[in-house]
Amino acid sequence: MTDTTVTSAVPEATGPATTRLIVVAIVILVALAVLPHVVDTYQTQLLIYGLLFAVAALGFNLLLGYTGLLSFGHSAYFGTGAYTVAFIVRDLGVQSMELCILGGLLGTLFVSALFGFVCVRHTRIFFGILTLALSQVLWSLAFKFFWVTGGTDGIRVASARLTLLGGLIDFRGPGAFARFIFAYYYYVLVLFAAATAVMWIIVHSPFGKALQAIRDNETRAGFIGIPVRRYRWIAFVISGLFAGLAGILWVPLNGLTTPDILYWPFSGEIVFMAVLGGFRNFTGPIVGAVVFNYLKAYAVASSEYWQLVLGVVLVILVLVLPSGIVGTIARLTARFRGKAS
Amino acid sequence: MTTTIYLIQLLNALFYAAVLFLIAAGLSLIYGVMRIVNLAHGTLYALGAYVTAWVVGSAFGNAVNGTLGLAGVLLLVPVGAIVIAAVGALIEPTLLRPLYARPEEYHLLLTFGLLMIIEDVIKLLFGGTPLSAGTIMDSMGSIPIGFMLYPTYNLFVVAIGLVAAVGLWWFIYRTKFGVILRATSQDRRMASALGLDVGRVYVQAFAIGCFMAGLGGAVGGPAQAAVLGMGVDALILAFVVVVIGGLGSLEGALVGALIVSLVRTAGIQFFPEIELAVLYLIAAAVLMVRPTGLFGRA
Amino acid sequence: MSLLQTIDLKRYFGETRAVDNVNLTIEEGEFVSLVGPNGAGKTSLCNVVSAYLRPDSGKIIFQGEDVTNASVTERVKAGIARSFQLVNLFDDLTAFDNVALAIFSRQGKTRNLAALAHLDGEVNNEADTVLGQFGLAAKRNVTARGLAQGERKLLDVALAYALRPRLLFLDEPTSGVSTRDKGQIMDTIASVVRGEGITAVIIEHDMDVVFKYSDRIVVMHQGAILAQGPPDAIRTNEQVAMILLGSAGPDAFSREH
Repeated sequence: MTDTTVTSAVPEATGPATTRLIVVAIVILVALAVLPHVVDTYQTQLLIYGLLFAVAALGFNLLLGYTGLLSFGHSAYFGTGAYTVAFIVRDLGVQSMELCILGGLLGTLFVSALFGFVCVRHTRIFFGILTLALSQVLWSLAFKFFWVTGGTDGIRVASARLTLLGGLIDFRGPGAFARFIFAYYYYVLVLFAAATAVMWIIVHSPFGKALQAIRDNETRAGFIGIPVRRYRWIAFVISGLFAGLAGILWVPLNGLTTPDILYWPFSGEIVFMAVLGGFRNFTGPIVGAVVFNYLKAYAVASSEYWQLVLGVVLVILVLVLPSGIVGTIARLTARFRGKAS
Repeated sequence: MTTTIYLIQLLNALFYAAVLFLIAAGLSLIYGVMRIVNLAHGTLYALGAYVTAWVVGSAFGNAVNGTLGLAGVLLLVPVGAIVIAAVGALIEPTLLRPLYARPEEYHLLLTFGLLMIIEDVIKLLFGGTPLSAGTIMDSMGSIPIGFMLYPTYNLFVVAIGLVAAVGLWWFIYRTKFGVILRATSQDRRMASALGLDVGRVYVQAFAIGCFMAGLGGAVGGPAQAAVLGMGVDALILAFVVVVIGGLGSLEGALVGALIVSLVRTAGIQFFPEIELAVLYLIAAAVLMVRPTGLFGRA
Repeated sequence: MSLLQTIDLKRYFGETRAVDNVNLTIEEGEFVSLVGPNGAGKTSLCNVVSAYLRPDSGKIIFQGEDVTNASVTERVKAGIARSFQLVNLFDDLTAFDNVALAIFSRQGKTRNLAALAHLDGEVNNEADTVLGQFGLAAKRNVTARGLAQGERKLLDVALAYALRPRLLFLDEPTSGVSTRDKGQIMDTIASVVRGEGITAVIIEHDMDVVFKYSDRIVVMHQGAILAQGPPDAIRTNEQVAMILLGSAGPDAFSREH
């Protein structure tokens, strides 16, 4: 019996499938590009959050979906990216967003390389707990060293003081916020598209295949000559960088950087996004992040027991819909197509 | 004079170790029998603390003549543990059992979801302000050690920890149920083929593990007050304990709890800012040198 | 210079002497069968040589170099590959991807994260060729999990073969397969291996297969080499017949299976 459809995590992108993929991607990008002209500032702002969380979820899923490593501590890299930017802006007076991105990525690189080195030496359960523990260490540091990090008051970064594209676009004067959101949306959109393209190439590269081999059978991976631990570490660092980039982009939008983004529930949200969208598909995390973002925006308003809702949905997903939104749709369309032909 | 201080600190460490042992032993037991890591374990400990605090608080408030006998109050302490055991007995067959055939990511995800649910249930039931069962502590008075007074309650907790350790050991190695438990943990299919009801063993083992967590919360709670977020901290500490001691080992949980507790007590004295980091460093070091822990099986 | 030489190789598991002072030599181009009753130490020996297990003492010399302390990946790079008795595949990848991965790894391309795997024509063609050699061309796009047992055993061997090793260890490649398919599978494997002159050591229980294909048979018993020699010598060796079949006599082996 052959079940060639959804069991493979990534559908083979060859020939007509690739063209279809590119066409769909272009259509979506065009739709996204047109959006700020048709909706108001709040909706645009909301979608920016969705896009940058999608970048974080995409990075997270390189570890879970492709390498088989479940991290409960990705808030650490998001938070490192964010706090590095906050420090750069507050203490060094940097205004260029590009410099912030560079600095933030360097900070995230250091932390994820260090944490990754410690974590990837271990089996899945210990890996998960270690990632959680290390992120808690960072959180407790941000909390305790409040004279550096601002503690629970956080660090303020005013979007009005930042510049995009090396100073070409600034946000002084009246109507600054709306102009900022408008310009920042396209800025983030471009970075989101670039990040997605980069991740797509990575998972379809020989390295990406090697990661999947490690996920499926780490013993055999070693026996065909793949350096398992080293590749896991590299995947970890890449994953952390994506989360860090998301954190960097989050700072100007949110305005205030607090230890909450280092705290474990935030890691849980990233996990949830990937599982909701479907962690065995490339686009799953993107869909999951965007859907989750809207869910949160509209549900938080109506309930202070947001975590309860999240937990219940996660439990239901795991028991009933483990392939998530995208995975389930893929399975249904395959079955439908199978019946039709 | 300083010997008194050191003695007090040692007793504090033993107190903390007793609580940690209870939590870690429960975690280790569940893993040893079922190969399940319950990420909500620390949160169950927290729930135990809250339930006990609430029960004790209500008891003291509603006692007819204002004073319940000390024995009566002490009998209330395990109530929290029993409630948690019941919760566990509900969770295992309904939520965890469907996942045994699936890769382990699934049960990690599910128990993480449970963690989030229970954390908010605590908030829902008991509100956001810390609850205290300190009245038990007060009613037990204190005994003089050197020139200082030390809460008798803490010694009571250390005693409970010892009793639990011995009791658990006797239960696992000296009773018929313990044999069944060990058989099932070693080879589930074989045990089933021999006619053992694996499902019943699992739910019982899980309930016992949860009972331990709840008991840890019940006895530890009065000394520290139940606060939101204590669950995850407890989970991580319990993990540090089983990393050092070895996952699935009872002796490991005991030794690990002692080590972690001593380090933590010393750390708070001398390096209060980074005591958490010191513990993680030790755990990371142990993981690197001896990944299965001091007493663990591979 | 022999291709492989083990010197006083030992591996114990407590009291059990899985590999007990084994001195085995494999010459280039040989097709050697490693036989023996269950528990003789055949798989343990294979595990030690392929670095799945560390020896307690002794040396392993491969192509003149001491590889005793080399890791799994180092040994693979040196040219030792193995297949597994209990099939060890990348279950969620297609048969094609499984083989292609071995080739990517061999060519050192797995560190490449900036190129698309399916665009590498050289690797793709070779992967298809290998699949064809093992009769799996039709199942190219089927995930490994969805293959039949016999196909999975073939794929397991194909993975090791795709590494183009100097020495190929095959651990019971036909075990767990129905009798009808055994012969076909072994024929396929043998034609590929012998056709390219790859040095191979095969752990086997099926003596018909062993006698048909081997240049040399090595009989192990209780961790040590009991006897070795060409098929005719082993066939008439009474001690071997005793160990393997429990009875001696010139017709002992022809009654087998």
